[in-house]
Amino acid sequence: MNNAPPPEGRSLASAVLGGDRLALARLLTQIENDAPAGMLVLGELFPHTGKAHLVGVTGAPGTGKSSLVNQLALHYRRPPDGKAPQRVAILAVDPSSPFTGGAILGDRVRMRDLAGDPGVFIRSMAARGSLGGLAPATAGLAQVFDAAGFDLILIETVGAGQAEVDIARLAHTTLVVEAPGLGDDIQAIKAGILEIADILVVNKADRPGVDNTERALRNMLQLAHPAPRIFQHHGRLEVAAAPAAATVEESLWETPVLRSVAIEGAGVAEVAEAIARHRLHLEQTGGWERRERARLQAELEARLRQELLERWRESTPSTQYDEILERLVARRISPGQAVSELIDGG
Amino acid sequence: MSERKIRVLVAKPGLDGHDRGAKVVARALRDAGMEVIYTGLRQTPEMVAEAALQEDVDAVGLSILSGAHMALVPRVVDLLKANGQEHVKVFVGGIIPDEDVPRLAEIGVVGVYGPGTITEDIINDIRRAVQGTTLE
Repeated sequence: MNNAPPPEGRSLASAVLGGDRLALARLLTQIENDAPAGMLVLGELFPHTGKAHLVGVTGAPGTGKSSLVNQLALHYRRPPDGKAPQRVAILAVDPSSPFTGGAILGDRVRMRDLAGDPGVFIRSMAARGSLGGLAPATAGLAQVFDAAGFDLILIETVGAGQAEVDIARLAHTTLVVEAPGLGDDIQAIKAGILEIADILVVNKADRPGVDNTERALRNMLQLAHPAPRIFQHHGRLEVAAAPAAATVEESLWETPVLRSVAIEGAGVAEVAEAIARHRLHLEQTGGWERRERARLQAELEARLRQELLERWRESTPSTQYDEILERLVARRISPGQAVSELIDGG
Repeated sequence: MSERKIRVLVAKPGLDGHDRGAKVVARALRDAGMEVIYTGLRQTPEMVAEAALQEDVDAVGLSILSGAHMALVPRVVDLLKANGQEHVKVFVGGIIPDEDVPRLAEIGVVGVYGPGTITEDIINDIRRAVQGTTLE
């Protein structure tokens, strides 16, 4: 791998900023492959980021995430209220085979309505071994779209179940999509994916059982987020501390439960309206900044960890590492002791 | 970390509704470790070229059983070139009469596959065609 920037390195950034779609596509590939040249360009673009609204769409396989993303993008491109259309980027993540590393990325099948619109850019990503519902480079690709001037970035996760909650750390607003008939109500009270929802969408709402699904979700929400108790205490307005040290931002947002039939476009305007309302809420409560800060800090620490590990490996003789690993495997020392010996020399 | 995956778009341009072959090939390419973007039925050449651009693929596989290949394939090849993607390798599968194969090769199609093709051959051809052209 060549570490020097390619001759077009400088101009790639300006081409992306200037709206060149081929340059954008190439840069996305470079970032996805963690190519040093691409990382340099991302460095140049980074000051242009921070404007886009990142909206995550997650939920179990078959709930209609791709169809909902398709309809939301259509809505933003043709706003019914006569506002100016917004530019929309879509990042659609599908799983990689754990055995071959290959992947079939099929989300575009449901997004054919968006073809031919220069205000839309769809990119499919394979998860490449990542287990959190996103791919390792999803955040980087979102930054490129942000710099390239897309107003909304819709990020569709791998069909997720109960633990794939990385999207909540990346997105400003997280939609969790459910559908009737996918599980009994004990599934709804398990921890995990429902707790990350800023907006809950019951899609395929024309199916039987929709009332039960919606009721189960509403009940679950009441358990997870008891209504904030605001009371007067010696004349001052106080908000009672929520159990899990939630911020004011979180405790004052009431997660809406909305119905949609995405393939017909029904209920999509209401979902878009809730997304806009959530953005406003984040801006008014300082949540926008807080999320940006937490996200950037998490990325900083992940990169720091990786870099420090690599530097430490370079500075440590592999014989010493192998010797300690052997003693660990022989169970003469514990993993904790092995680390102490490697870092502090015992 | 920076392993380069081969990305392939598998598309069905035109109006025939038979996508079995395209799906078998997509799955074989996946099992060979490639990332396959599958676009589904009834794509126009414009939609195929647009998807190839957005996805920055190394190769495009077109499945055509309608007999319209001599109209559809050159159009896709031209659009790829117009978009600055002349490096993208184009493969065609389906019912293609023998006499059309040289004409497709002339406009740059790398491989033509009829019924009975062994998927291993397609995989090897794609690997060979893509290698050395887009590795970075």
